[in-house]
Amino acid sequence: MSDASVLETDVAIVGAGPAGIAAAVAARAEGARTLLLDSAPRPGGQIWRHRDPAQLPASGRRWIERLSGSGAEWIHSANAIDLPAPGVLIAEREGRAFTIRWRSLVIATGATERLLPFPGWTLPNVFGVGGLQALLKAGASVAARRVIVAGSGPLLLPVASSLAAAGATIRLVAEQAPALRVYRFAGALWSDPVRLAQAARYRAGFRRARYRCGTWIVRVDPVGSALSVTLTDGRRIWTDRTDLVAVGYGLVPDVRLARLAGCSIASGCVAVDRSQRTSVPSVFCAGEPTGIAGADSAVAQGRLAGAAAAGARRTGGAASRARRFAARLDRAFALRPDLRALPDPATIVCRCEDVSLGEIGEGWSARQIKLYTRAGMGPCQGRVCQPALEFLRRTGADAVRLPLFPAPVGLLADHANRDEGDS
Amino acid sequence: MPELVEFTVDGVTCRAAPGTSLAAAMLDAGVTAFRRSRTGEPRGPVCGMGICFECRVAIDGIAHRRACLEPVRAGMTVRTGE
Ligand SMILES: Cc1cc2nc3c(=O)[nH]c(=O)nc-3n(C[C@H](O)[C@H](O)[C@H](O)COP(=O)(O)OP(=O)(O)OC[C@H]3O[C@@H](n4cnc5c(N)ncnc54)[C@H](O)[C@@H]3O)c2cc1C
Ligand code: FES
Repeated sequence: MSDASVLETDVAIVGAGPAGIAAAVAARAEGARTLLLDSAPRPGGQIWRHRDPAQLPASGRRWIERLSGSGAEWIHSANAIDLPAPGVLIAEREGRAFTIRWRSLVIATGATERLLPFPGWTLPNVFGVGGLQALLKAGASVAARRVIVAGSGPLLLPVASSLAAAGATIRLVAEQAPALRVYRFAGALWSDPVRLAQAARYRAGFRRARYRCGTWIVRVDPVGSALSVTLTDGRRIWTDRTDLVAVGYGLVPDVRLARLAGCSIASGCVAVDRSQRTSVPSVFCAGEPTGIAGADSAVAQGRLAGAAAAGARRTGGAASRARRFAARLDRAFALRPDLRALPDPATIVCRCEDVSLGEIGEGWSARQIKLYTRAGMGPCQGRVCQPALEFLRRTGADAVRLPLFPAPVGLLADHANRDEGDS
Repeated sequence: MPELVEFTVDGVTCRAAPGTSLAAAMLDAGVTAFRRSRTGEPRGPVCGMGICFECRVAIDGIAHRRACLEPVRAGMTVRTGE
Protein backbone atom coordinates (compact mmCIF):
# COMPACT_ATOMS: atom_id res chain seq x y z
CA MET A 1 0.00 0.00 0.00
CA SER A 2 1.43 3.34 -1.02
CA ASP A 3 -0.71 5.39 1.38
CA ALA A 4 1.68 7.01 3.86
CA SER A 5 -1.10 6.97 6.46
CA VAL A 6 -0.74 3.20 6.88
CA LEU A 7 2.49 1.96 8.46
CA GLU A 8 3.47 -1.70 8.79
CA THR A 9 5.67 -3.08 11.54
CA ASP A 10 6.44 -6.25 13.46
CA VAL A 11 6.49 -4.63 16.88
CA ALA A 12 4.56 -1.44 17.68
CA ILE A 13 5.35 0.22 21.01
CA VAL A 14 3.19 2.92 22.57
CA GLY A 15 5.06 5.11 25.05
CA ALA A 16 8.72 6.15 24.85
CA GLY A 17 9.58 6.22 28.54
CA PRO A 18 12.23 3.90 30.01
CA ALA A 19 9.99 0.86 29.40
CA GLY A 20 9.17 1.67 25.77
CA ILE A 21 12.74 2.67 24.90
CA ALA A 22 14.17 -0.54 26.39
CA ALA A 23 11.49 -2.54 24.57
CA ALA A 24 12.34 -0.90 21.23
CA VAL A 25 16.06 -1.57 21.65
CA ALA A 26 15.42 -5.18 22.67
CA ALA A 27 13.00 -5.82 19.80
CA ARG A 28 15.50 -4.42 17.30
CA ALA A 29 18.23 -6.60 18.80
CA GLU A 30 16.08 -9.59 17.83
CA GLY A 31 15.87 -8.22 14.29
CA ALA A 32 12.20 -7.22 14.35
CA ARG A 33 10.93 -4.16 12.49
CA THR A 34 10.05 -1.84 15.35
CA LEU A 35 8.03 1.34 15.62
CA LEU A 36 7.89 3.49 18.75
CA LEU A 37 5.43 6.34 19.23
CA ASP A 38 4.76 8.88 21.95
CA SER A 39 2.67 12.02 22.35
CA ALA A 40 5.76 13.89 23.53
CA PRO A 41 8.14 15.60 21.09
CA ARG A 42 11.17 13.67 22.41
CA PRO A 43 11.75 10.18 23.79
CA GLY A 44 12.30 9.80 27.55
CA GLY A 45 8.90 9.56 29.20
CA GLN A 46 8.48 11.11 32.62
CA ILE A 47 11.83 10.57 34.22
CA TRP A 48 14.02 11.19 31.17
CA ARG A 49 12.07 14.16 29.88
CA HIS A 50 14.66 16.58 28.52
CA ARG A 51 15.40 19.50 26.24
CA ASP A 52 19.06 18.67 25.81
CA PRO A 53 20.49 15.14 26.27
CA ALA A 54 23.34 16.70 28.27
CA GLN A 55 20.87 17.28 31.12
CA LEU A 56 20.11 13.59 31.42
CA PRO A 57 21.50 11.13 33.96
CA ALA A 58 24.04 8.78 32.38
CA SER A 59 21.65 5.83 32.16
CA GLY A 60 18.99 7.91 30.43
CA ARG A 61 21.50 9.32 27.95
CA ARG A 62 22.79 5.82 27.22
CA TRP A 63 19.31 4.42 26.56
CA ILE A 64 18.34 7.32 24.32
CA GLU A 65 21.59 6.89 22.35
CA ARG A 66 20.90 3.16 22.05
CA LEU A 67 17.44 3.94 20.78
CA SER A 68 18.66 6.31 18.09
CA GLY A 69 21.26 3.77 16.97
CA SER A 70 18.82 0.87 17.04
CA GLY A 71 17.05 1.43 13.75
CA ALA A 72 13.64 1.56 15.40
CA GLU A 73 11.26 3.97 13.70
CA TRP A 74 10.47 6.85 16.08
CA ILE A 75 7.22 8.80 15.71
CA HIS A 76 6.98 11.77 18.03
CA SER A 77 4.01 13.98 18.91
CA ALA A 78 1.55 11.20 18.07
CA ASN A 79 -1.26 9.93 20.30
CA ALA A 80 -2.43 6.33 20.18
CA ILE A 81 -6.19 6.74 20.13
CA ASP A 82 -7.80 3.46 19.16
CA LEU A 83 -7.33 -0.28 18.73
CA PRO A 84 -10.23 -1.12 16.43
CA ALA A 85 -9.16 -4.72 15.66
CA PRO A 86 -6.32 -7.12 16.50
CA GLY A 87 -3.18 -5.98 14.69
CA VAL A 88 -4.43 -2.44 14.09
CA LEU A 89 -3.59 0.72 16.00
CA ILE A 90 -4.97 4.13 15.10
CA ALA A 91 -2.89 7.13 16.05
CA GLU A 92 -3.32 10.86 15.59
CA ARG A 93 -0.74 13.48 14.81
CA GLU A 94 -1.48 17.16 14.27
CA GLY A 95 -5.15 16.46 13.74
CA ARG A 96 -4.63 13.64 11.22
CA ALA A 97 -5.16 9.97 11.85
CA PHE A 98 -2.94 7.17 10.61
CA THR A 99 -2.98 3.40 10.94
CA ILE A 100 -0.22 1.18 12.23
CA ARG A 101 -0.46 -2.53 11.39
CA TRP A 102 1.45 -4.63 13.90
CA ARG A 103 2.20 -8.27 14.72
CA SER A 104 2.94 -7.53 18.38
CA LEU A 105 2.00 -4.54 20.48
CA VAL A 106 3.86 -3.33 23.56
CA ILE A 107 1.89 -1.04 25.84
CA ALA A 108 4.31 1.19 27.77
CA THR A 109 2.02 4.09 28.58
CA GLY A 110 3.44 4.83 32.05
CA ALA A 111 1.46 6.47 34.81
CA THR A 112 -0.38 9.70 35.47
CA GLU A 113 -0.50 11.72 38.61
CA ARG A 114 -3.50 11.50 40.94
CA LEU A 115 -4.86 14.99 41.57
CA LEU A 116 -7.46 15.45 44.31
CA PRO A 117 -9.91 18.36 44.43
CA PHE A 118 -9.85 20.90 47.27
CA PRO A 119 -10.98 24.53 47.28
CA GLY A 120 -8.48 26.41 45.12
CA TRP A 121 -6.98 23.46 43.25
CA THR A 122 -8.02 24.95 39.90
CA LEU A 123 -6.20 28.27 40.45
CA PRO A 124 -3.36 29.14 38.09
CA ASN A 125 0.03 28.42 39.71
CA VAL A 126 -1.33 25.34 41.43
CA PHE A 127 0.32 22.43 39.60
CA GLY A 128 0.71 18.70 39.96
CA VAL A 129 3.97 17.62 41.61
CA GLY A 130 5.14 15.73 38.55
CA GLY A 131 3.47 18.52 36.59
CA LEU A 132 5.68 21.28 37.96
CA GLN A 133 8.68 19.04 37.53
CA ALA A 134 7.75 18.37 33.90
CA LEU A 135 7.43 22.12 33.28
CA LEU A 136 10.80 22.70 34.95
CA LYS A 137 12.39 20.07 32.70
CA ALA A 138 10.69 21.74 29.73
CA GLY A 139 12.54 24.96 30.55
CA ALA A 140 10.34 26.86 33.03
CA SER A 141 12.25 28.98 35.51
CA VAL A 142 11.47 28.74 39.23
CA ALA A 143 14.44 30.79 40.47
CA ALA A 144 13.57 32.82 43.59
CA ARG A 145 9.96 31.57 43.56
CA ARG A 146 8.48 30.23 46.78
CA VAL A 147 7.03 26.72 46.39
CA ILE A 148 4.98 24.48 48.66
CA VAL A 149 5.22 20.83 47.63
CA ALA A 150 2.42 18.66 48.97
CA GLY A 151 0.45 15.49 48.48
CA SER A 152 1.82 12.00 48.84
CA GLY A 153 4.37 9.50 47.66
CA PRO A 154 8.08 9.24 46.93
CA LEU A 155 7.82 11.72 44.05
CA LEU A 156 7.61 14.68 46.48
CA LEU A 157 11.26 14.31 47.50
CA PRO A 158 13.03 14.31 44.12
CA VAL A 159 10.76 17.06 42.83
CA ALA A 160 11.40 19.30 45.85
CA SER A 161 15.10 18.69 45.45
CA SER A 162 15.15 19.51 41.73
CA LEU A 163 13.10 22.67 42.36
CA ALA A 164 15.56 23.71 45.07
CA ALA A 165 18.48 22.99 42.75
CA ALA A 166 16.85 25.30 40.18
CA GLY A 167 16.81 28.14 42.72
CA ALA A 168 13.28 27.87 44.18
CA THR A 169 12.68 28.40 47.88
CA ILE A 170 10.93 25.31 49.20
CA ARG A 171 8.63 26.55 51.98
CA LEU A 172 7.48 23.10 52.98
CA VAL A 173 7.17 19.54 51.75
CA ALA A 174 3.89 18.22 53.18
CA GLU A 175 3.35 14.44 53.01
CA GLN A 176 -0.12 13.32 54.00
CA ALA A 177 0.96 9.85 55.15
CA PRO A 178 1.88 9.50 58.83
CA ALA A 179 5.59 9.62 59.66
CA LEU A 180 5.66 6.11 61.08
CA ARG A 181 4.52 4.52 57.84
CA VAL A 182 6.80 6.66 55.69
CA TYR A 183 9.85 5.84 57.81
CA ARG A 184 8.99 2.16 57.85
CA PHE A 185 8.79 2.28 54.05
CA ALA A 186 12.08 4.14 53.82
CA GLY A 187 13.59 1.61 56.24
CA ALA A 188 12.57 -1.22 53.95
CA LEU A 189 14.61 0.43 51.21
CA TRP A 190 17.73 -0.75 53.12
CA SER A 191 17.23 -3.96 51.21
CA ASP A 192 17.59 -2.02 47.97
CA PRO A 193 20.92 -0.16 47.86
CA VAL A 194 20.14 1.77 44.66
CA ARG A 195 16.92 3.20 46.01
CA LEU A 196 18.50 3.90 49.40
CA ALA A 197 21.30 5.92 47.81
CA GLN A 198 18.69 7.83 45.84
CA ALA A 199 16.66 8.57 48.97
CA ALA A 200 19.76 9.83 50.77
CA ARG A 201 20.67 12.11 47.86
CA TYR A 202 17.19 13.57 47.71
CA ARG A 203 17.15 14.30 51.43
CA ALA A 204 20.55 15.97 51.19
CA GLY A 205 19.34 18.09 48.28
CA PHE A 206 16.81 20.06 50.27
CA ARG A 207 18.01 19.69 53.85
CA ARG A 208 17.03 23.24 54.60
CA ALA A 209 13.38 22.73 53.63
CA ARG A 210 11.04 21.13 56.12
CA TYR A 211 9.59 17.70 55.32
CA ARG A 212 6.47 17.16 57.39
CA CYS A 213 4.59 13.92 57.40
CA GLY A 214 0.93 13.74 58.40
CA THR A 215 0.37 17.19 56.87
CA TRP A 216 -1.86 18.22 53.99
CA ILE A 217 -3.27 21.24 52.15
CA VAL A 218 -6.84 22.18 53.10
CA ARG A 219 -7.36 25.05 50.65
CA VAL A 220 -5.57 27.62 48.52
CA ASP A 221 -6.71 31.23 48.04
CA PRO A 222 -5.32 33.90 45.74
CA VAL A 223 -3.72 36.97 47.37
CA GLY A 224 -2.68 39.35 44.62
CA SER A 225 -0.28 37.39 42.46
CA ALA A 226 0.67 35.10 45.37
CA LEU A 227 -1.19 32.23 46.99
CA SER A 228 -2.28 31.75 50.57
CA VAL A 229 -2.15 28.07 51.47
CA THR A 230 -4.07 26.64 54.41
CA LEU A 231 -2.45 23.50 55.84
CA THR A 232 -3.28 21.13 58.67
CA ASP A 233 -1.74 18.22 60.53
CA GLY A 234 -5.16 17.17 61.80
CA ARG A 235 -4.75 19.09 65.07
CA ARG A 236 -3.62 22.54 64.07
CA ILE A 237 -4.53 24.70 61.05
CA TRP A 238 -2.19 27.39 59.71
CA THR A 239 -1.58 29.40 56.56
CA ASP A 240 1.53 30.17 54.56
CA ARG A 241 2.28 32.42 51.57
CA THR A 242 3.78 31.03 48.42
CA ASP A 243 4.10 31.74 44.70
CA LEU A 244 3.58 28.23 43.44
CA VAL A 245 1.96 25.07 44.78
CA ALA A 246 2.85 21.58 43.56
CA VAL A 247 0.38 19.03 44.86
CA GLY A 248 -0.19 15.44 43.76
CA TYR A 249 -1.38 12.30 45.49
CA GLY A 250 0.75 9.59 43.95
CA LEU A 251 0.80 7.93 40.57
CA VAL A 252 -1.94 5.91 38.90
CA PRO A 253 -0.98 3.30 36.27
CA ASP A 254 -2.25 4.45 32.86
CA VAL A 255 -4.14 1.32 31.83
CA ARG A 256 -6.47 2.95 29.32
CA LEU A 257 -4.90 1.60 26.17
CA ALA A 258 -4.55 -1.82 27.80
CA ARG A 259 -8.19 -1.75 28.79
CA LEU A 260 -9.11 -0.79 25.24
CA ALA A 261 -7.11 -3.78 24.00
CA GLY A 262 -9.15 -5.99 26.35
CA CYS A 263 -6.24 -6.91 28.64
CA SER A 264 -7.24 -8.14 32.07
CA ILE A 265 -6.60 -5.67 34.84
CA ALA A 266 -6.15 -6.61 38.51
CA SER A 267 -6.21 -3.98 41.28
CA GLY A 268 -5.76 -1.21 38.75
CA CYS A 269 -2.70 -2.81 37.11
CA VAL A 270 -2.32 -4.70 33.84
CA ALA A 271 -1.80 -8.40 34.57
CA VAL A 272 1.31 -9.83 32.84
CA ASP A 273 3.28 -13.09 32.93
CA ARG A 274 7.06 -13.58 33.20
CA SER A 275 7.48 -12.48 29.56
CA GLN A 276 5.32 -9.37 30.09
CA ARG A 277 2.56 -11.01 28.05
CA THR A 278 -0.94 -9.72 28.82
CA SER A 279 -4.13 -11.80 28.67
CA VAL A 280 -4.57 -10.76 25.02
CA PRO A 281 -2.51 -12.65 22.40
CA SER A 282 0.43 -10.66 20.94
CA VAL A 283 -0.16 -7.77 23.36
CA PHE A 284 2.60 -7.08 25.91
CA CYS A 285 2.84 -4.50 28.66
CA ALA A 286 5.85 -3.01 30.46
CA GLY A 287 6.58 -0.33 33.03
CA GLU A 288 4.19 1.58 35.27
CA PRO A 289 0.91 0.16 33.83
CA THR A 290 1.84 -3.15 35.53
CA GLY A 291 2.37 -1.38 38.90
CA ILE A 292 4.21 1.74 40.06
CA ALA A 293 7.79 0.60 40.58
CA GLY A 294 10.11 3.23 39.09
CA ALA A 295 12.44 3.55 36.14
CA ASP A 296 14.79 0.61 36.77
CA SER A 297 11.89 -1.77 36.88
CA ALA A 298 10.43 -0.15 33.75
CA VAL A 299 13.69 -0.79 31.89
CA ALA A 300 13.89 -4.41 33.07
CA GLN A 301 10.29 -5.06 32.02
CA GLY A 302 10.77 -3.23 28.73
CA ARG A 303 13.73 -5.43 27.77
CA LEU A 304 11.70 -8.57 28.42
CA ALA A 305 8.64 -7.24 26.62
CA GLY A 306 10.57 -6.07 23.55
CA ALA A 307 12.42 -9.36 23.15
CA ALA A 308 9.28 -11.44 23.73
CA ALA A 309 7.26 -9.26 21.35
CA ALA A 310 9.92 -9.91 18.71
CA GLY A 311 9.44 -13.64 19.21
CA ALA A 312 12.38 -14.47 21.50
CA ARG A 313 11.85 -16.70 24.52
CA ARG A 314 12.71 -14.47 27.46
CA THR A 315 11.38 -14.61 31.00
CA GLY A 316 12.24 -12.83 34.21
CA GLY A 317 10.96 -11.76 37.59
CA ALA A 318 10.76 -8.04 36.86
CA ALA A 319 6.98 -7.86 36.79
CA SER A 320 6.41 -9.76 40.02
CA ARG A 321 9.07 -7.67 41.79
CA ALA A 322 7.29 -4.57 40.49
CA ARG A 323 3.95 -5.80 41.82
CA ARG A 324 5.44 -6.37 45.27
CA PHE A 325 7.04 -2.93 45.32
CA ALA A 326 3.82 -1.30 44.13
CA ALA A 327 1.86 -3.00 46.93
CA ARG A 328 4.35 -1.74 49.54
CA LEU A 329 4.08 1.75 48.11
CA ASP A 330 0.28 1.63 48.24
CA ARG A 331 0.33 0.59 51.90
CA ALA A 332 2.88 3.18 52.97
CA PHE A 333 1.21 6.09 51.19
CA ALA A 334 -2.44 5.06 51.57
CA LEU A 335 -4.62 8.16 51.34
CA ARG A 336 -6.15 9.32 54.63
CA PRO A 337 -9.96 9.58 54.69
CA ASP A 338 -9.65 13.25 55.81
CA LEU A 339 -8.84 14.11 52.19
CA ARG A 340 -12.37 13.12 51.17
CA ALA A 341 -13.72 15.97 53.28
CA LEU A 342 -11.66 18.70 51.59
CA PRO A 343 -13.85 19.64 48.62
CA ASP A 344 -17.05 21.50 49.45
CA PRO A 345 -20.17 21.24 47.27
CA ALA A 346 -19.02 24.20 45.15
CA THR A 347 -15.54 22.76 44.51
CA ILE A 348 -15.05 21.83 40.86
CA VAL A 349 -14.30 18.16 40.37
CA CYS A 350 -14.25 17.91 36.56
CA ARG A 351 -12.03 20.73 35.35
CA CYS A 352 -12.93 20.27 31.68
CA GLU A 353 -16.69 20.63 32.13
CA ASP A 354 -16.67 22.64 35.40
CA VAL A 355 -18.80 20.09 37.24
CA SER A 356 -18.82 20.73 40.99
CA LEU A 357 -18.94 18.03 43.65
CA GLY A 358 -22.40 19.15 44.74
CA GLU A 359 -23.80 18.25 41.32
CA ILE A 360 -22.78 14.63 41.76
CA GLY A 361 -25.21 12.49 43.75
CA GLU A 362 -23.94 10.22 46.54
CA GLY A 363 -23.72 6.64 45.38
CA TRP A 364 -23.80 7.37 41.66
CA SER A 365 -21.79 5.00 39.48
CA ALA A 366 -19.07 6.30 37.16
CA ARG A 367 -21.52 5.82 34.29
CA GLN A 368 -24.30 7.77 36.01
CA ILE A 369 -21.92 10.62 36.79
CA LYS A 370 -21.01 10.94 33.09
CA LEU A 371 -24.58 10.64 31.95
CA TYR A 372 -26.07 13.16 34.34
CA THR A 373 -23.28 15.75 34.63
CA ARG A 374 -20.84 15.32 31.72
CA ALA A 375 -18.01 14.95 34.29
CA GLY A 376 -15.28 13.02 32.50
CA MET A 377 -16.65 13.79 29.04
CA GLY A 378 -14.35 16.75 28.32
CA PRO A 379 -11.08 16.69 26.39
CA CYS A 380 -9.07 14.96 29.15
CA GLN A 381 -11.55 12.08 28.90
CA GLY A 382 -11.69 11.66 32.66
CA ARG A 383 -7.93 11.31 33.11
CA VAL A 384 -8.02 13.85 35.95
CA CYS A 385 -11.48 13.51 37.51
CA GLN A 386 -11.87 9.76 37.28
CA PRO A 387 -9.07 8.81 39.69
CA ALA A 388 -10.30 11.63 41.96
CA LEU A 389 -13.87 10.37 41.93
CA GLU A 390 -12.71 6.81 42.48
CA PHE A 391 -11.25 8.05 45.75
CA LEU A 392 -13.89 10.64 46.73
CA ARG A 393 -16.96 8.64 45.85
CA ARG A 394 -15.51 5.13 45.61
CA THR A 395 -16.79 4.80 42.05
CA GLY A 396 -15.24 1.91 40.15
CA ALA A 397 -13.23 2.48 37.00
CA ASP A 398 -15.47 3.02 34.01
CA ALA A 399 -15.13 1.32 30.64
CA VAL A 400 -12.95 3.41 28.33
CA ARG A 401 -14.80 5.70 25.99
CA LEU A 402 -13.41 6.14 22.50
CA PRO A 403 -11.23 7.75 21.40
CA LEU A 404 -8.47 7.76 24.02
CA PHE A 405 -7.56 11.34 23.17
CA PRO A 406 -10.15 13.71 21.76
CA ALA A 407 -9.92 13.37 18.01
CA PRO A 408 -11.14 16.26 15.90
CA VAL A 409 -14.72 15.57 14.84
CA GLY A 410 -14.86 13.41 11.74
CA LEU A 411 -11.21 12.48 11.94
CA LEU A 412 -11.80 8.76 12.12
CA ALA A 413 -14.39 8.86 9.35
CA ASP A 414 -12.05 11.01 7.24
CA HIS A 415 -9.37 8.51 7.76
CA ALA A 416 -11.48 5.60 6.58
CA ASN A 417 -12.34 7.52 3.40
CA ARG A 418 -8.76 8.48 2.72
CA ASP A 419 -7.74 4.88 3.15
CA GLU A 420 -10.18 3.75 0.52
CA GLY A 421 -9.48 6.60 -1.85
CA ASP A 422 -5.72 6.08 -1.87
CA SER A 423 -5.43 2.34 -2.02
CA MET B 1 23.99 31.19 25.77
CA PRO B 2 21.92 30.07 22.80
CA GLU B 3 20.07 32.64 20.70
CA LEU B 4 16.57 33.34 22.10
CA VAL B 5 13.51 32.84 19.91
CA GLU B 6 10.77 35.47 19.78
CA PHE B 7 7.07 34.69 19.84
CA THR B 8 3.95 36.66 20.70
CA VAL B 9 1.25 36.00 23.28
CA ASP B 10 -1.92 38.04 22.68
CA GLY B 11 0.19 40.46 20.65
CA VAL B 12 2.91 40.92 23.28
CA THR B 13 6.41 39.89 22.21
CA CYS B 14 8.11 37.31 24.48
CA ARG B 15 11.46 35.53 24.31
CA ALA B 16 12.57 32.07 25.30
CA ALA B 17 15.47 29.69 24.86
CA PRO B 18 14.96 27.33 21.93
CA GLY B 19 13.69 23.90 22.97
CA THR B 20 11.63 25.33 25.82
CA SER B 21 8.02 24.13 25.78
CA LEU B 22 5.52 26.85 24.97
CA ALA B 23 3.84 26.33 28.37
CA ALA B 24 7.16 26.84 30.18
CA ALA B 25 8.00 29.85 28.02
CA MET B 26 4.59 31.44 28.69
CA LEU B 27 4.88 30.89 32.46
CA ASP B 28 8.31 32.55 32.34
CA ALA B 29 6.77 35.47 30.50
CA GLY B 30 4.36 35.90 33.41
CA VAL B 31 1.27 34.41 31.73
CA THR B 32 -0.74 32.36 34.22
CA ALA B 33 -4.23 32.28 32.65
CA PHE B 34 -3.90 30.15 29.51
CA ARG B 35 -7.60 29.52 28.97
CA ARG B 36 -11.00 30.30 30.45
CA SER B 37 -13.07 27.43 31.79
CA ARG B 38 -16.73 26.91 30.92
CA THR B 39 -17.76 29.14 33.81
CA GLY B 40 -15.07 31.71 33.00
CA GLU B 41 -12.39 30.79 35.55
CA PRO B 42 -8.79 31.42 34.51
CA ARG B 43 -6.83 28.17 34.13
CA GLY B 44 -3.19 27.33 33.55
CA PRO B 45 -1.05 24.23 33.07
CA VAL B 46 -1.30 21.51 35.71
CA CYS B 47 0.20 18.25 34.47
CA GLY B 48 2.89 19.55 32.10
CA MET B 49 2.59 16.36 30.07
CA GLY B 50 -0.47 16.50 27.83
CA ILE B 51 -2.99 14.90 30.19
CA CYS B 52 -5.10 17.67 31.73
CA PHE B 53 -5.78 19.94 28.72
CA GLU B 54 -5.72 23.01 31.00
CA CYS B 55 -2.91 24.64 28.99
CA ARG B 56 -4.92 24.92 25.76
CA VAL B 57 -4.22 27.99 23.62
CA ALA B 58 -4.57 28.93 19.97
CA ILE B 59 -1.25 28.66 18.13
CA ASP B 60 -0.93 30.36 14.74
CA GLY B 61 -4.70 30.39 14.46
CA ILE B 62 -5.18 26.71 15.34
CA ALA B 63 -7.38 26.37 18.43
CA HIS B 64 -7.01 23.94 21.34
CA ARG B 65 -3.28 23.20 21.11
CA ARG B 66 -1.70 21.95 24.33
CA ALA B 67 1.07 24.45 25.11
CA CYS B 68 2.95 21.89 27.22
CA LEU B 69 3.48 19.62 24.21
CA GLU B 70 4.65 22.33 21.78
CA PRO B 71 8.26 23.43 21.67
CA VAL B 72 8.35 27.22 21.30
CA ARG B 73 9.25 28.31 17.77
CA ALA B 74 10.37 31.67 16.39
CA GLY B 75 7.42 33.69 15.13
CA MET B 76 4.73 31.63 16.88
CA THR B 77 1.60 33.67 17.55
CA VAL B 78 -0.30 32.53 20.60
CA ARG B 79 -3.76 33.53 21.76
CA THR B 80 -4.96 32.79 25.28
CA GLY B 81 -8.42 32.79 26.80
CA GLU B 82 -10.22 30.45 24.43
C1 LIG C 1 4.53 13.42 36.07
C2 LIG C 1 5.49 12.33 36.53
C3 LIG C 1 6.77 12.65 36.97
C4 LIG C 1 7.65 11.66 37.40
N1 LIG C 1 8.91 12.01 37.86
C5 LIG C 1 9.74 11.04 38.34
C6 LIG C 1 11.03 11.35 38.87
O1 LIG C 1 11.43 12.50 38.92
N2 LIG C 1 11.81 10.35 39.36
C7 LIG C 1 11.38 9.05 39.34
O2 LIG C 1 12.13 8.16 39.78
N3 LIG C 1 10.20 8.72 38.82
C8 LIG C 1 9.35 9.68 38.35
N4 LIG C 1 8.12 9.35 37.88
C9 LIG C 1 7.76 7.95 37.88
C10 LIG C 1 7.97 7.44 36.47
O3 LIG C 1 6.70 7.08 36.00
C11 LIG C 1 8.93 6.27 36.36
O4 LIG C 1 10.10 6.43 37.09
C12 LIG C 1 9.34 5.98 34.90
O5 LIG C 1 9.36 7.14 34.11
C13 LIG C 1 8.39 4.97 34.37
O6 LIG C 1 8.72 4.62 33.05
P1 LIG C 1 7.63 4.11 32.04
O7 LIG C 1 8.37 3.86 30.78
O8 LIG C 1 6.84 3.02 32.65
O9 LIG C 1 6.58 5.32 31.87
P2 LIG C 1 6.74 6.85 31.44
O10 LIG C 1 8.10 7.33 31.65
O11 LIG C 1 5.62 7.54 32.09
O12 LIG C 1 6.46 6.83 29.86
C14 LIG C 1 5.19 6.62 29.29
C15 LIG C 1 5.09 7.37 27.99
O13 LIG C 1 3.91 6.95 27.31
C16 LIG C 1 3.37 8.03 26.60
N5 LIG C 1 1.95 7.73 26.34
C17 LIG C 1 1.00 7.33 27.22
N6 LIG C 1 -0.16 7.13 26.61
C18 LIG C 1 0.04 7.39 25.29
C19 LIG C 1 -0.80 7.35 24.13
N7 LIG C 1 -2.08 6.97 24.20
N8 LIG C 1 -0.26 7.72 22.94
C20 LIG C 1 1.05 8.10 22.85
N9 LIG C 1 1.89 8.13 23.90
C21 LIG C 1 1.39 7.78 25.11
C22 LIG C 1 3.62 9.20 27.52
O14 LIG C 1 3.65 10.40 26.77
C23 LIG C 1 4.97 8.86 28.14
O15 LIG C 1 6.04 9.49 27.48
C24 LIG C 1 7.23 10.32 37.40
C25 LIG C 1 5.95 10.00 36.94
C26 LIG C 1 5.07 10.98 36.52
C27 LIG C 1 3.69 10.60 36.05
S1 FES D 1 -0.41 21.11 31.23
FE1 FES D 1 -1.76 19.43 31.23
S2 FES D 1 -2.11 19.16 29.12
FE2 FES D 1 -0.66 20.73 29.11
